[in-house]
Amino acid sequence: MNCTDLLSHLSDYFDEQLTTELREEISVHTAGCQHCRVVLNTTHQTIEVYKGAELYEVSPQLRERLHNAIMAKCLAKK
Amino acid sequence: MPAIQSPATEEIHPDVALVARAKSGDTAAFEQLVRQYERQIFRVAQHITQNREDAEDITQDAFLKAYEKLDQFQGNSKFSTWLVRIAVNESLMRLRKRKTSKTVSIDQDVETDEGSIPRDFAEWRPNPEQLYNQSELGDILRKTIQGLPPGFRTVFTLRDIENLSTEETAEALGLSVPAVKSRLLRARLQLRERLSRYFRQKQEGQPA
Repeated sequence: MNCTDLLSHLSDYFDEQLTTELREEISVHTAGCQHCRVVLNTTHQTIEVYKGAELYEVSPQLRERLHNAIMAKCLAKK
Repeated sequence: MPAIQSPATEEIHPDVALVARAKSGDTAAFEQLVRQYERQIFRVAQHITQNREDAEDITQDAFLKAYEKLDQFQGNSKFSTWLVRIAVNESLMRLRKRKTSKTVSIDQDVETDEGSIPRDFAEWRPNPEQLYNQSELGDILRKTIQGLPPGFRTVFTLRDIENLSTEETAEALGLSVPAVKSRLLRARLQLRERLSRYFRQKQEGQPA
């Protein structure tokens, strides 16, 4: 496996869609390639940091306003 | 590795009964569906349009459209995926209206590989959470995802923020699974590259 191959498998690696053989090849490659090791680690951190972040909070007030507006529109169509 | 479920063994989703009741005119059942998904639809719309007022309008319009077209929902996909698809289309339409001279579609700017080839090879140390407080981190993450082309931003939002499966993301966007995978990879790599500016380990002697 070279660096380009690794990159093409990166998403499947994080989504746990790779065969054991390919995962093993990735771990062999990253053991000897500092750049790919960093790309793998920091891409993983990218996914994780967004996963945990509530970027657009919906306050209870906003939710209530939204909910009432949705239901009013739908019921008007009834 | 998560087991791949075959449709035959899949349990019936609780939404199926609610949708059936809503179709027969039960408003309370529809309201329950609204309650379950209004926040998610709002977040998706805000991620795509980057505008709070637009996201509010889109959320209302998406549910109204779903209500009007409920009879057309065949149940081939999950109700939530169908709803997200309506909201994505409404959001892209809104972006198109905003930029009258420029077309906006799920395919926009996705042909370029710019930014998808890694150039920054510094580790992130300390962790982003240790480096910034929650509000600073939120600002960085919002600003960074805003810089992605809409096609990449949308795929990343559905898959990695809203946690839809690759197949559900493909259905919601009307794309093939390979197209979603390819966009997701490039979106993740572009975000990584952009975030590296903030999170990369500082070299000794280098000004912070």
